[in-house]
Amino acid sequence: MEEHKHEPVPYRTFIKVWIALLALTVVTVVVSRIHFGAANIWIALGIASVKSSLVIFIFMHLRQESRLFKIGLLILLVILAIFIGLTFTDILYR
Amino acid sequence: MSIEHRDDTGARFGMWLFLYTEVILFSGLFILYAVSLAKYPHQFAEASHKLNIYFGSINTLVLLTSSLTIALAITAIQRNQIKPTLILCGVTVGLGALFMVNKYFEWSMEISHGIYPGSEHLAEMGNGITTFFNLYYFTAGLHGLHVVLGGSLIAVVAVLVAKGKVTAERYTLLENSALYWHLVDLVWIFLFPLYYLIL
Repeated sequence: MEEHKHEPVPYRTFIKVWIALLALTVVTVVVSRIHFGAANIWIALGIASVKSSLVIFIFMHLRQESRLFKIGLLILLVILAIFIGLTFTDILYR
Repeated sequence: MSIEHRDDTGARFGMWLFLYTEVILFSGLFILYAVSLAKYPHQFAEASHKLNIYFGSINTLVLLTSSLTIALAITAIQRNQIKPTLILCGVTVGLGALFMVNKYFEWSMEISHGIYPGSEHLAEMGNGITTFFNLYYFTAGLHGLHVVLGGSLIAVVAVLVAKGKVTAERYTLLENSALYWHLVDLVWIFLFPLYYLIL
């Protein structure tokens, strides 16, 4: 089988993603200084998830990888959800 | 001609699998964090205020930028631009070192204020704050170790690039090192708001 070669991602794409990451960092810091109560932590996690997706799909080239790699990520996320979810069913209803 | 077994996609997938186990390692620490936050919400906020937000923010910028430079290095090697590849690897390692220098000053400051695992000063502040700082030192310490390992790996691979052993035709080693470096960045993306920015 011929090795599937990735097209180089243009420099410009990476720089745009970097600017988006910096902007999201500023948003996280600013929003964290405003009181939203318990929502603060969920907002922080939401922004961190968006930043992670940018890093994973573009910086780490996941966008260009085959479906196998994406299914792998999905399985990881399901495992994490079970891991965290089951821990909290224990913690919250003790 | 010798027969060579080569599977770049397989090598990359192996790296991804390894990174998943790394995520599970760190997620254990984040679960401990979540459980403790649910138990001591006010103490965690109080403890978080003792961390220096400037150190945290600057280190975030440093790591995000280093993630950019190593991503650019991959494009450079794919285009067979060896000199830019080496420069970008060098900048990445330099930024990793800068991250650790900042960490050194940050931790020195905290330790000089009596905030370190096992200190009496910390014990006097109660269980919640002690838990926060124990987790902080362990998670950030493990992350710092990953920065050192990732930086060393990139430095070694850069030498191989300079020697012509890692080339535009064959750059999986550099790509996998870059993947590892991005993981270091990913962990920090969650660590920073959770530890530094609780209100």
